[in-house]
Amino acid sequence: MLGAFVCYMLVVGHGMSYWPAFAIAVVAVGLFGAALDATILRRVIGQPQFAVVMLTIGLGAIFRSFASITWGSEIYTLPTPFSAKTTRLGGVTVSHEYVAIIVGTLVLCALLYAFFSYSRVGVAMQAASQNQLAAYYMGIPVKRMFSLIWAISAGVAAIAGVLLAPVSLIDTNLGFIGLKAFAAAVLGGFGSIPGALVGGVTIGLIELFSGAYLPLGVKDVAAYIVLLLVLAIRPQGMFGTVGRKKV
Amino acid sequence: MRFPFKTGYDHDLGLFRDPVQRRWYAALLVGTLILPALVPDYVGDISLVFIYGLCGLSLMVLAGYTGLVSLGHAAFLGIGAYAHVYFVQDLGLPWVAGVLLAALITAGAGTLVGLPALRMTGVYLTIATLAFALIIQEVFTRWDTVTHGLKGRPVDKPVIFGISFANDLAFYFLCLAVLIAGLWLTANLLRAPTGRAWVAIRDSEIAAQSMGVHLARYKTLAFAYSAALMGAAGALFAHKIGFLAPDIFSVLLSIQFLLMVVVGGLGSLHGALYGAVFVAMLPVLISQARDQVPQWAGQAVGVFGKDAGSAAFLALDRFVKQPGLEPGIFGLILVLFILFEPLGIYGRWRKVQLYFSTFPLYKRATFRRQKTYMRSERLR
Amino acid sequence: MSLFAAQDLAVNFGGIRAVDGVSFEVEAGQVFTIIGPNGAGKTTIFNLISRIYDPSQGRLLLRGEEITGVPPHEIARRGIARTFQNIELFEHATVLQNLLLGRHAHARPHFASELLFLPGVRVRERANREAVEKVIDFLDLQAHRDSLVVNLPYGVRKVVEMGRALCTEPVLLLLDEPSSGLSVEETEDMAFWIQDIRTLLGITVLMVEHDMSLVGAVSDRVLALNYGRAVACGTCEEVQAHPDVIKAYLGG
Repeated sequence: MLGAFVCYMLVVGHGMSYWPAFAIAVVAVGLFGAALDATILRRVIGQPQFAVVMLTIGLGAIFRSFASITWGSEIYTLPTPFSAKTTRLGGVTVSHEYVAIIVGTLVLCALLYAFFSYSRVGVAMQAASQNQLAAYYMGIPVKRMFSLIWAISAGVAAIAGVLLAPVSLIDTNLGFIGLKAFAAAVLGGFGSIPGALVGGVTIGLIELFSGAYLPLGVKDVAAYIVLLLVLAIRPQGMFGTVGRKKV
Repeated sequence: MRFPFKTGYDHDLGLFRDPVQRRWYAALLVGTLILPALVPDYVGDISLVFIYGLCGLSLMVLAGYTGLVSLGHAAFLGIGAYAHVYFVQDLGLPWVAGVLLAALITAGAGTLVGLPALRMTGVYLTIATLAFALIIQEVFTRWDTVTHGLKGRPVDKPVIFGISFANDLAFYFLCLAVLIAGLWLTANLLRAPTGRAWVAIRDSEIAAQSMGVHLARYKTLAFAYSAALMGAAGALFAHKIGFLAPDIFSVLLSIQFLLMVVVGGLGSLHGALYGAVFVAMLPVLISQARDQVPQWAGQAVGVFGKDAGSAAFLALDRFVKQPGLEPGIFGLILVLFILFEPLGIYGRWRKVQLYFSTFPLYKRATFRRQKTYMRSERLR
Repeated sequence: MSLFAAQDLAVNFGGIRAVDGVSFEVEAGQVFTIIGPNGAGKTTIFNLISRIYDPSQGRLLLRGEEITGVPPHEIARRGIARTFQNIELFEHATVLQNLLLGRHAHARPHFASELLFLPGVRVRERANREAVEKVIDFLDLQAHRDSLVVNLPYGVRKVVEMGRALCTEPVLLLLDEPSSGLSVEETEDMAFWIQDIRTLLGITVLMVEHDMSLVGAVSDRVLALNYGRAVACGTCEEVQAHPDVIKAYLGG
């Protein structure tokens, strides 16, 4: 949400062209994420899980409030180089905005996968996430790693926001689509990036068909119903693994 | 320091630690009974505090004692409210039957939510409850025959056994009675094996299983009981606010309940009540601050000159009159409490008590929580 | 007929065969110890017996009855109790509440009567408390009865964990490294308690242990494991002198 708003502010408010505004928005939100970690989230490392959960819930409420104060509660549209352009692809008309989203997502997923599996920083991040004390002993600067993780996470969220902005219209509740994304991740299975993609496509199809065939209103909550069903019946989703404490 | 002298096992089984504590609670009861005489203008607000207390109790059982954090409890409140109103106003059932049926139905919904809860822990469970809340909100909007959808439906005042509870004072005592009943039932459960099993599930699921605790049964029970309390609270809530609409039971209300439990102090019944007082009083404080703070700022800055003073007043006035400010303040308080006072108001009260009772030997580290650094430890 | 028997037990974690064809029998009233270097699969066997993991093959028999398919919360009711290597106590509860939870194994759920705290509940709670007090007397935990576990030192926590297992009135007690982290005096106390558990309480003990002096002092039979396979089984002296065991511990 913040990414989309910042980009809008730069493009419409200051008349910058799309790509530099995109880049600046992502970097700015990434830095903000790192700063957030350094000041606030660092203090709750090691506390039980619900403390962190509630902290992020509180922070989310603060950001939404801040956004509605700064930019008001109207809905904005973001002009992009892809707006209102379409191509005919084998009998189907595809809007460039959607193509941009698909291409962007695939590129991003490939980059993140390569980063976490093959680069030193990525592997160090996985280590820090699994056992912080041991990571310290191995010389990994855990605090800086976490700030970097938050920066990347915030940046990726900002990219998602900017990509989504032309399709979904910018308002303070943009972030709630993250819940549907969570449903997609759970359906595909945690720990599996291709699973998340498959899950996302499946949820999209389910929404489409429930909008066409099922009573009114089911379409909006179809993703959530799928989430609850998957969790109740097969929590590891299609491709995922479930972690467990070793005693 | 006081050393309680115990003469039998029943001493530990009782609800109160010693006769002194019992007298304090009796005094508290007398106080709540005569409160309407002392502050007659606020009787309606205090009834809301009691209703919120019941809600806090419900979430405390689930999140504080069993360790299952739920972001969807406003949905249970809504189910209880709509069910009760439907039974009493549309079907004409007696009031008590309406409340009991509402609690039962909400308990059923709680069991439904409990099913995915058995497979997921921590933040994933919270997100699942959030999804449930959004589904239920949509159901409220679409199920016109029962809920009248977005138009909303007005709620009559309660009539129990032919006696009308329309005036504020009677409603106050009704809410107080239901709250005390809820407290008594919950305290009974918590000192019995069920309560111990819940605490065991919170602290170490695997050890609890090895000691014979059937995880699925007790987690589902926690959800069902918590939802039942919420359903009863929903019935009273419907009468209090007088008009039901789907957007009352939003995620923001769930966050307020969570705030109630965290601010009050997780893991104690007192915490639920402190939190309820805090959250019920907060909108009142905010609206008063909205009027006062710009004035004070204007006067303070006005020391430097009248123009600067009025400019400050106008700027601050415009800022605090924004509609989107309230959730931000809730979020801010939640964040501050988690960072600086994770044990909540009750925790702070316990620390103060301990300070005075062990003076001058008090150590700040007594309440420091164990930090777990391994992800597998937190995964449980 | 032996009290407990494991037949051809095996479990796979992904590609790793953590336990590979292990068989042993424990007679009633014995103290049976499993030894082996780290990673040999000792705690995994305990987790299999407690039904936290499912075996890929093999059978578990308690008093002749098969318990291989029993769900984990049923095991306590059948009479098997265990302690954990990294203490799994309920940190923010008192010692008394931890021990009272051990009584859950044989309790029937009574939600409605607990809700109203009927006299039946009170009678049962008093009985539970009496049983727990016997364990407290046995383990000398009177001084810590009302302390929060989070405030207790490590040695006391280990004793509380054993006490909690004893409160379930087991026929077979699984002790996972009872002397790890304990000082010399505490280890001696532990040896006396294990002997008392066997002779006074009549409970069979199956334990995993590294401390050879404790093993020699209390064990009747010893099983040595290495890389998930049983290497030697017999009395303590026989196993310690076995060439394969020496090779496993000292190499080459």
